[in-house]
Amino acid sequence: MQVQMKVNGKSVSVDAAPNTLLVQALREHLKLTGTHVGCDTAQCGACTVHVNGRAVKSCNMLTAQAQGAEVTTIEGMAQADGTMHPMQAAFKECHGLQCGFCTPGMVMSAVDIAKRHPNASESEIRELLEGNLCRCTGYQNIVKAVQQGSAAMKA
Amino acid sequence: MGASDFSKLPHIGEALLRKEDYRFLTGAGNYTDDIRLDNMTHAVFVRSPHAHANIKSINKSAALAAPGVVAVLDGPDVVDAKINGLPCGWLITDTSGKPMNEPPHPILANGKVRYVGDHVAMVVAETLEQAKNAAELVEVEYDVLPAVVDVRQAKTSTALHAEAPDNHCYNWAIGDKAAVDAAFANAAHVTKLDLINNRLAPNPMEPRAAIGSYNRASDEYTLYVSNQNPHVERLLMTAFVMGLPEHKVRVIAPDVGGGFGAKIYLYAEDVCLTWASKKLNRNIKWNCDRSEAFLSDAHGRDHSSHAELAIDKDGKFLALRVHTDANLGAYLSTFSTAVPTILYATLLAGQYATPQVYVEVDAWFTNTAPVDAYRGAGRPEATYLLERIVSRAAFELGMTQDAIRSKNFITQFPYQTPVALQYDTGDFHALMNHANKLGDLAGFPARKAASAAKGLLRGIGYSSYIEACGLAPSNVAGALGARAGLFECGEVRVHPTGSVTVFTGSHSHGQGHETTFAQVVAARLGIPVENVDIVHGDTGRVPFGMGTYGSRSISVGGAALMRALDKIEAKAKKIAAHLMEAGDADIDFANGEFSVKGTDKKIPFGTVALTAYVPHNYPLDKLEPGLNETAFYDPTNFTFPAGTYICEVEIDPQTGVTKVDKFTAVDDFGTIINPMIVEGQVHGGLVQGIGQALMENCVYDKETGQLLTGSFMDYTMPRADDFPQFAIGHECTPCTTNPLGTKGCGEAGAIGSPPAVINAVLDALAPVGVKDFDMPATPHRVWEAIQAAKA
Repeated sequence: MQVQMKVNGKSVSVDAAPNTLLVQALREHLKLTGTHVGCDTAQCGACTVHVNGRAVKSCNMLTAQAQGAEVTTIEGMAQADGTMHPMQAAFKECHGLQCGFCTPGMVMSAVDIAKRHPNASESEIRELLEGNLCRCTGYQNIVKAVQQGSAAMKA
Repeated sequence: MGASDFSKLPHIGEALLRKEDYRFLTGAGNYTDDIRLDNMTHAVFVRSPHAHANIKSINKSAALAAPGVVAVLDGPDVVDAKINGLPCGWLITDTSGKPMNEPPHPILANGKVRYVGDHVAMVVAETLEQAKNAAELVEVEYDVLPAVVDVRQAKTSTALHAEAPDNHCYNWAIGDKAAVDAAFANAAHVTKLDLINNRLAPNPMEPRAAIGSYNRASDEYTLYVSNQNPHVERLLMTAFVMGLPEHKVRVIAPDVGGGFGAKIYLYAEDVCLTWASKKLNRNIKWNCDRSEAFLSDAHGRDHSSHAELAIDKDGKFLALRVHTDANLGAYLSTFSTAVPTILYATLLAGQYATPQVYVEVDAWFTNTAPVDAYRGAGRPEATYLLERIVSRAAFELGMTQDAIRSKNFITQFPYQTPVALQYDTGDFHALMNHANKLGDLAGFPARKAASAAKGLLRGIGYSSYIEACGLAPSNVAGALGARAGLFECGEVRVHPTGSVTVFTGSHSHGQGHETTFAQVVAARLGIPVENVDIVHGDTGRVPFGMGTYGSRSISVGGAALMRALDKIEAKAKKIAAHLMEAGDADIDFANGEFSVKGTDKKIPFGTVALTAYVPHNYPLDKLEPGLNETAFYDPTNFTFPAGTYICEVEIDPQTGVTKVDKFTAVDDFGTIINPMIVEGQVHGGLVQGIGQALMENCVYDKETGQLLTGSFMDYTMPRADDFPQFAIGHECTPCTTNPLGTKGCGEAGAIGSPPAVINAVLDALAPVGVKDFDMPATPHRVWEAIQAAKA
C-alpha cells in the first residue's frame, strides 16, 4: 500500500506492507538510519520520532497509521546549514551522550518534554525520561542537557 | 616524555567538548545495521528452545522451499566445511597441574544443544521477513535432557560435555593456604559471609549486528561487526576457527553503540556470516533482536562464594579466606576463564594491608548462556565480596565502616599484595577523607532522623575499591595462560601541511577517544585539537590493535601513541636541527615550536612537517623523508585506580521500596585528560553498579532452564528516575608505570558501587533485624527480608 507522509518537511510516498512499522519505513524505505531500534518490546525509546508534533515510538506504530502525518526524525532537527537545534547543542555541551545509539530518541523525547513541560523540575524530567533507556551516561548529563536545552528553546 | 611533564601540557585536564558528537546528534552515526550493501541477504538464527537436549534430526526441506530462501546451514554443514569451534583465549591450569577442561564450542550445534538460545541453524533469505518466516519452518527434533542453571548444583547434574566430568572446568587457587589457616587459628574475631553475585545481561543499547561480505575478484572477506576489538576478532576467526589467511580478511567495527564487555568476543554468528558470504557469494546481514541478545550475548558475574575474615583484637585484618564457585555457562566464551581467576582473586587484597589471602575457585558448566567479562570483569565480584565482609566485620565489632577501613589501609607504596599484584601508587586515606567530606558524613545523623520522621529507614554504606586496568605485561599474562598479547599499537601520521591522522588499536564505543586521544596528540605537538583526527575500528586502516576492554584504552593505547609521538619528536628535531644549522642535541621542542638552545632561532612544527615531505633542504644522506611513526607499547604493570564510595539509602519498611538518596564517589584515576569525559564514565559505571545492586538480575527457571528475564519487560534496566544526582570527586596519584600517569576510569563506577548500596541497605535494615541480604534489593526481596527477620 502507498502511504503518503511528510517526513522532515518533504512529501514522500512509501510503498509499505500492512505490517511495516513506521521505524522500518523510515530506516529501510527512506534510508533515515538516524532513528534506531534498540529493543523489540517498545521499552527503550531509541526509535522515538515526532508524529504531528508529539513524541512517538516509531517501532510501536504501523506505517499505515502515519497516512497523512507530519513526521520529524533526528535528521530533520538541525537547520539547513547544519546548525544544531538548541536541544542537540545542549546534549553536546552537557556531554549528554556517549555511544550515541540512544541519542536520537533521547533528543526527540527531550524536545517533546521541553515543549509540553517547559518548567519541569529535575525530578519531573527524570520521570518524563522513563520511556528512554541509556546504558552509557547514567542519565545525569542527559537530565542536565534537557534542562539546558529547554531553557535555550524558551529563549 | 614522562607523566609529570605530560600533565602540564596545554589541553591536558581540559573539558573539551567531543569531536564525535555532531554525527551522533544529527542522526549521521554509522552503526552496523545502518550499512547497506548491494546484493544483500538477511540471516536469522534458529535457536534452541531447550536448555539441554540431544538433536535427533534437523529437517530443512520446508525452510529451503520457502519464498526467498537462499540457504539453510546447520551443524553438519559446519563439520563438512571443516570449521573449528570458537577458541577460549585463556588457558587456566588446574591445581592438579592439568589444563582446564576445554570442551568444543561449535558455531552451530553438533548433535546437542546446551542452553536456551544455542545456535542450531542459520537461515539466509532475500529479505529479513522471509528469513524469519523460513526459520519457523526448520524442523528440529529434540530429545530433552535434564538441565542445570544454578552453579551450586552443577556438580551433581547431568553432564553437558563429555570432556568435562561433573560439569567441572577447573579448580584454581592463589595465596599461601597454610599461612592463612595459621592466621585464622590466632584470630580474636572471625567474620563469615556467604554471598551471591547476581548474573547480569550487559545490554549495550545497540544490539550485536554483523554483515559478512566476500569479494570473489580479490578473494577477500570483509566482516562489519559491532565489536570492541576488530583485530582480535580477525585473529581468532582466521587463525583458530576458519584457517583463512589473515591478510584476506578485513574486520570493520564502525560506530558501535556500547559494549560493556559483551562485544569483546568472537561469536558464532560472526563466523557463520563470514563463512556463508563466500559459500553463497552474497552479502549477509544479521541484526540481533533484543530478546535474542538476552539469550545469546555473554552474561556477566554469577558467583557463589564463602568468605572468612580473621581480625585481631584491635580490628586489624590478619587473613582472608575465600572459596568461589563461578558459573561459566554452557561453553567457554573468549575470556571467560580469566574472569573468576586472574581478574578476580588477585584483587582480593583490596586497599588493605591484610598479610595473608587465600582464594580457591571452582569453575563450572551449566545450561545457561556463556558468562564472560562484563564492565569490571572479576573486579566487581572481588570488590563486592571484600567490601561486604569488611562492613559486616564493622557491624559485628561495633566499629564504623570508615574506621575499620582506615585502620587497615595500605599506606606504603609500591605495595606487594599476597595475591600477586604490586600496587604502584595510591592514597587511600585521602580518598576516604575526601569522600566523608563530600558526602557530608557529619550530617548523616540528622538525615537519618529526618527519614525516621517520615517512617523511612536510612542507612549508610561504604565501599573502598581498588581495581586493576590495562592487563599486562604480555609475557607475564602468557605465563598465566593468556593466548593473546596485551600490548597496543598506535600510528601517528603527520601530513605535509602539519595536520595529523592517528590510527589506534583502541576502539571507542562511547568512551570519546576521538576527543581524548586528539587532546593527547595535540598537546604533545602543540597544534590545535581540530587538526588531529583519530581512526579506529578497521583492520584495513589501523596497523594492529588489541582493542578496548578492561579500561585499558588511555593507559595502553594512549601510551602507544606517546611512544609514536616520541619517535615523531625525535625525527622532527633532526629535521629542525638541519634547517636551523644546529646540532640535534641543541634543539628544544615546546608549544609547537622548535628552537635552538641559547638563541632566538625557531621554526614552527608545520615547517618541519612540510620539509619532511618536500625534502629539498634535507639531510637525505642521514634521514628518510616523511613524518609517520608507529609504536607498539606493552605495559610493565597493571594500573590501579582506587576510590571510596558512600551510599545512603532510604527504605520504606511497609513496601520494601529502596531509594538511593545520596551517592558520593571519590576516585583516583591518576592524570585526567578530559574531566568531562571521565565524569561521564563514572556516572555510567555507577548506574550499572547501582543497577546490579537494586534491580538487575538474570533469572533462569531452575527446572526447565528457560530464561525468565528475556526482555526489557522482565529484566529491569535502570532508568533516569531511579537515581539522585551523584557527587563526584577526585584525588590524584599519577600512575608510575606509563608515560601519561593515567589509570583508567571506564569500569570503576560499576566496580565500587554495588557493595556501597548493599552495605547501606544492611545498615538501614539492622534495626529491624536483617543481617544478610543478596542483590538485587528489589522492593519484593527487601520486603521479604524484613518479614523474615520479624518472624
